[in-house]
Amino acid sequence: MNIITPSTASAAGAPAWRAWIPLAALALFILAVLPLCLDLFRLNLVGKYLTYAFVAIGLVLCWGYGGILSLGQGVFFGLGGYAMAMFLKLEASDPESTKIQSTPGIPDFMDWNQITALPALWEPFHSLAFTLLAIVLVPGLMAFVIGVAMFKRRVGGVYFAIMTQAFAAMLSILIIGQQGYTGGVNGITDLKTLNGWDIRTDHAKYVLYFLNAGLLLASVALGQVLLKTKFGKLLLALRDKEERVRFSGYDVAAFKVFIFTLAAVLSAVGGAMFTLQVGFMSPSFVGIVPSIEMVIFTAVGGRLSLVGAVYGSLAVNFGKSYFSESFPQLWLFLMGGLFIAVVMLFPNGLAGLADSVRGAWQKWQARKAGQMTARGAPRTPAPPEDEPAAPTALRVKGGAA
Amino acid sequence: MKPTVLNAPSNLRAISRSLRTLLFGVMASVPLLVNAGTTTAEVNTTGLAVTDSVVKVGQLHSATGTMAISETGSIQAERLAIDQINEMGGILGRKIEIIQEDGASDWPTFAEKARKLLVNDKVAAVFGCWTSASRKAVLPVFEKENGMLYYPTFYEGLEQSKNVIYTGQEATQQIIAGLDWLAKTKGAKKFYLVGSDYIWPRTSNKIARKHIENVLKGEVVGEDYFPLGHTQFGSLINKIKLKKPDAVYSIIVGGSNVAWWKQLKAAGVTSDKQTILTISVTEDEILGIGGENMVGFYAAMKYFQSLDNDNNKKFVAAFKAKYGDKAVIGDVTQAAYLGPWLWKAAVEKAGSFDIDKIAAASPGIELKTAPEGYVKVHENHHLWSKLRIGEALADGQYKVIYESDLIEPNPVPKGYQ
Repeated sequence: MNIITPSTASAAGAPAWRAWIPLAALALFILAVLPLCLDLFRLNLVGKYLTYAFVAIGLVLCWGYGGILSLGQGVFFGLGGYAMAMFLKLEASDPESTKIQSTPGIPDFMDWNQITALPALWEPFHSLAFTLLAIVLVPGLMAFVIGVAMFKRRVGGVYFAIMTQAFAAMLSILIIGQQGYTGGVNGITDLKTLNGWDIRTDHAKYVLYFLNAGLLLASVALGQVLLKTKFGKLLLALRDKEERVRFSGYDVAAFKVFIFTLAAVLSAVGGAMFTLQVGFMSPSFVGIVPSIEMVIFTAVGGRLSLVGAVYGSLAVNFGKSYFSESFPQLWLFLMGGLFIAVVMLFPNGLAGLADSVRGAWQKWQARKAGQMTARGAPRTPAPPEDEPAAPTALRVKGGAA
Repeated sequence: MKPTVLNAPSNLRAISRSLRTLLFGVMASVPLLVNAGTTTAEVNTTGLAVTDSVVKVGQLHSATGTMAISETGSIQAERLAIDQINEMGGILGRKIEIIQEDGASDWPTFAEKARKLLVNDKVAAVFGCWTSASRKAVLPVFEKENGMLYYPTFYEGLEQSKNVIYTGQEATQQIIAGLDWLAKTKGAKKFYLVGSDYIWPRTSNKIARKHIENVLKGEVVGEDYFPLGHTQFGSLINKIKLKKPDAVYSIIVGGSNVAWWKQLKAAGVTSDKQTILTISVTEDEILGIGGENMVGFYAAMKYFQSLDNDNNKKFVAAFKAKYGDKAVIGDVTQAAYLGPWLWKAAVEKAGSFDIDKIAAASPGIELKTAPEGYVKVHENHHLWSKLRIGEALADGQYKVIYESDLIEPNPVPKGYQ
């Protein structure tokens, strides 16, 4: 909802700063309210949920606005997470702490798999600078290549979604199969320090939480700015009438490649932050199921709302933790029920719910005002905040993806 | 790791659990007359969830997801042990209360829930995990937050932690005596190693190969791995027919087992023609495979439901009384049952619930009432245990045909790496 407002709001003459209110509220919520209300354990969990929000806002950009449904965002989340995990694992595997192994100085799982020297692929991950670059560049490059290969050939819609599923399946099979190089099903575990800084302490958990929250808010702001530009409008246009944009002389594929790559990079940043906060990385974030779960976060939040996607990720994961703690045997059914309820009752997610609540409020106010006027009470109705017609139409059309 | 069989009695379990919870509530509200004469401040110096009448423990298995079938037996066995301990008056005069968390067959979830149990609930001990992957995920949490985990599954070894008591066998305990038995009674010289493709089968076969080549002076004529869930074993069976090994050593796990043993039978590879020893098929798996497909093949475990001793008879009777006549008990289920009893013994020996004191008191603890006979905790927090060879019967049970002496646990074996 909030994203649409800039154009419509400014069209209605409302000040531009209004569009930033939801983001400011979100910042207040995750930077002040949550840290003050939750103990460190719960805050750390929220930090974990917020790493999924990176994927969710990427999906808002590329699915909600670009119309490109990717069911393989776990691939990029995983690549970012694994790159970070490789650096941390090498640091944790110094010869001193691995001296009980046959080959000290290499990660423990390599030793268990009869590997006697560090594979060349791992060597550059001794460098933090390289690792940070790799977190952004490897997934970015991969998304770019996939994007060029697909969009230049005008593969889109369902076919593209199927291809992304295939990539998710491929990467998870690769990681699980090459356990000597990747840690296999176990993943890369027992990560301890980042450049000598212990990431397991309480202090580090706070620092990482705020770093993560800051990066996330910056990403949301970036997305919001991007959508306000001409590029943002073209994105919407090509989602709704791709042919028309193409015939107007725009290179549609280039736009799609860009937004898909951006979504991938955002996911990768989330993955790297996940590894730092949770202390390990596993293939269970890479495959098809987690990738679809991430689409669900977006759908629950409302796929046209960057801010909504963050709330969606928080809500779904909080629900998961809460239900599974309270009803260990039943919680999957409860989650399933919740998804069905959300999709049936609020097809536009939490953001849509917020919209309808506001709409209903305005209607009620208007009616009350009408009744009052009829009775002769001199009360001015609350002015409508923005005209609902335009954004609703856009949102309904978005369902075609 | 076990075959997918539909689990009918889950509703009954849920009902019996809620009744039990109710019962616990009633019991807890009755002031305890029996008190070991220790104040809570003395037995709990580190702020664990211990009061004058109750001690809280965590249970962390997969109640949902692909592993639920396997882990249900462990959940049941641990609850049985805890109920029995409570009936005997609890631990240091305190009733045990269980906080159950669901790992949901997802390793990161295991880590999250482990942290919740230790940091939020401050449980005095956790009984849980099943796969190596879940253990690897929670291990850093237990070490960082200083918790105590009782881990029931036989596993690949190469690990020992102050914060874990391993109640299953590490790899050498399950492998070496079994291979020796094959060499001695079957005269096996040529071995064919097969396994699912992950850390436990690979590490186990690595140890098996070293033992076959260096100690038994035999020969490994083939070694093959298949992804988890693989169901096409035709080419492997042909290779086995071609190489004619004296024995096949099988560490195929989970649902793949159903295909593997059925296809062997369909290809005419029966136990009178080919000796196969497996370390990954317990009575639980046979439920899915079907006893008729396994007849005459061998398994090496420390426990079989058919073990003939008084402890085991009592255990099997109590288990069936609680969970129904059709319940079967596999090796891991029995190992899970040991967890609460070993913890009780450690707490009583230490006179304290403090994790450090339990960790220090655990080595040397003996359990003479174990269904598997007798176990003792080693310095390295693993158990001394025997190895048994069982011959599969058509009814899904094993007939025990060999029993070793007590074997010392050696999770980081020299010369086998």
